[in-house]
Amino acid sequence: MSRLRALLARELRLSLRHGSDSLAAVLFFLLAGALFPLAIGPAPETLGRIAPGIVWVCALLAALLPLDRLFGADHEDGSLDLLLLSGLPAAGVALGKAVSHWLVTGVPLLLAAGPLAVMLRMPDEAIPALLLGLLPGTAVLSLFGTLGAAMVLGARRGGVLLPLLVLPLAAPVLIFGVAAADAASVGLAARPHLLLLSALFAAALPLCPLAAGAALRGAVE
Amino acid sequence: MDRNQCARTGKVLQAAGLAAMRGERLVFSQIGFTVPRGGALLLEGPNGSGKSTLLRVLAGLGRAEVGSLTWNGEDVLSDRTAHAARVAYLGHQDAVKPGLGVAENLAFWGDAAAVARALERMGLQRLAELPARMLSAGQRRRLALARLALSAAPLWLLDEPTLGLDTASVGGLGGLLADHRAGGGVVVAATHLPLPLPGADRLRMAA
Repeated sequence: MSRLRALLARELRLSLRHGSDSLAAVLFFLLAGALFPLAIGPAPETLGRIAPGIVWVCALLAALLPLDRLFGADHEDGSLDLLLLSGLPAAGVALGKAVSHWLVTGVPLLLAAGPLAVMLRMPDEAIPALLLGLLPGTAVLSLFGTLGAAMVLGARRGGVLLPLLVLPLAAPVLIFGVAAADAASVGLAARPHLLLLSALFAAALPLCPLAAGAALRGAVE
Repeated sequence: MDRNQCARTGKVLQAAGLAAMRGERLVFSQIGFTVPRGGALLLEGPNGSGKSTLLRVLAGLGRAEVGSLTWNGEDVLSDRTAHAARVAYLGHQDAVKPGLGVAENLAFWGDAAAVARALERMGLQRLAELPARMLSAGQRRRLALARLALSAAPLWLLDEPTLGLDTASVGGLGGLLADHRAGGGVVVAATHLPLPLPGADRLRMAA
């Protein structure tokens, strides 16, 4: 446990020092979201209707941005070998990376999602459901993303392969996340969709690090 | 060989019949050796003879196709996470993060006091606050060696440890290795350059 904390501290210090990862993801998220009113017109009824979808798709794409470097930098400079020898099981290394990805990318996206939703004229009653869905949703995206990043590690053109691997996995997250916000905006219960999202999270939390850990072992062999 | 037998003969690291592939190519085969407590083994051979690959197998990072590898009579290859706790590995690469400071680079591997001692040991204490991107190649290597000095692991696996080091630092490394061996630790090193490892066994690997 203390090794996991030390790994998290290391990851957070590295991302703070480089700093650009969170900023790039959040700026991409806000800018991509801001393109929609320009493209489809600012009419509140159209925009408000599709706003949950816009926020979710932009969050999904923004979360993909830093995945390429999640293990890539450590793999290139030999740090990954040492992390795997640090006493943490490979799955623990993957879990630490997933948590740090969520803290560095997921949480800033979560914070930026509210303002973007307001900007897109999303109905007020849908916003809590959107944010509640994004909370487990971004965590699941971090877990799937970590899995994808570990799997393409060492592959040539892994950066191209990565979205192809992660985006299909992320489809259920998108479906339930948008459905929760849509249901809330027409006065239906968002709870079932949120529960399904949480179930996805509960399943991904142990499974993704295990699979990613096995992939990491394969990558350093 | 069981644990009692190992204790009697004093051999802690034993390998027999190891072979490893890289892609489709057999890198080495029929590698066997024993290293006693406090002992050292030098891997020698031309480029491409599999010295680095063997070190990675010994670390539990690489995979051996066949053969057995035991530490104190316990099988290494079946539980690589447990083996990791016994290993300190210094690869080709220094694994130094240029964005972090010199001392910060070691923060994951030990507490502040231990890091300060390790830096002093490798003569880096005056550079502790400097960003690691300012270091020269030899200083980066010394930082990687300072990480080694932080480790309490009994098995040190060193891949060309003196690459880029000046004479004084090679002497410092010699002291580090001698202390480690005096404490019962084992060193396995691959090198083309003379290493300060008195009384080390040699394993010649053919290309």
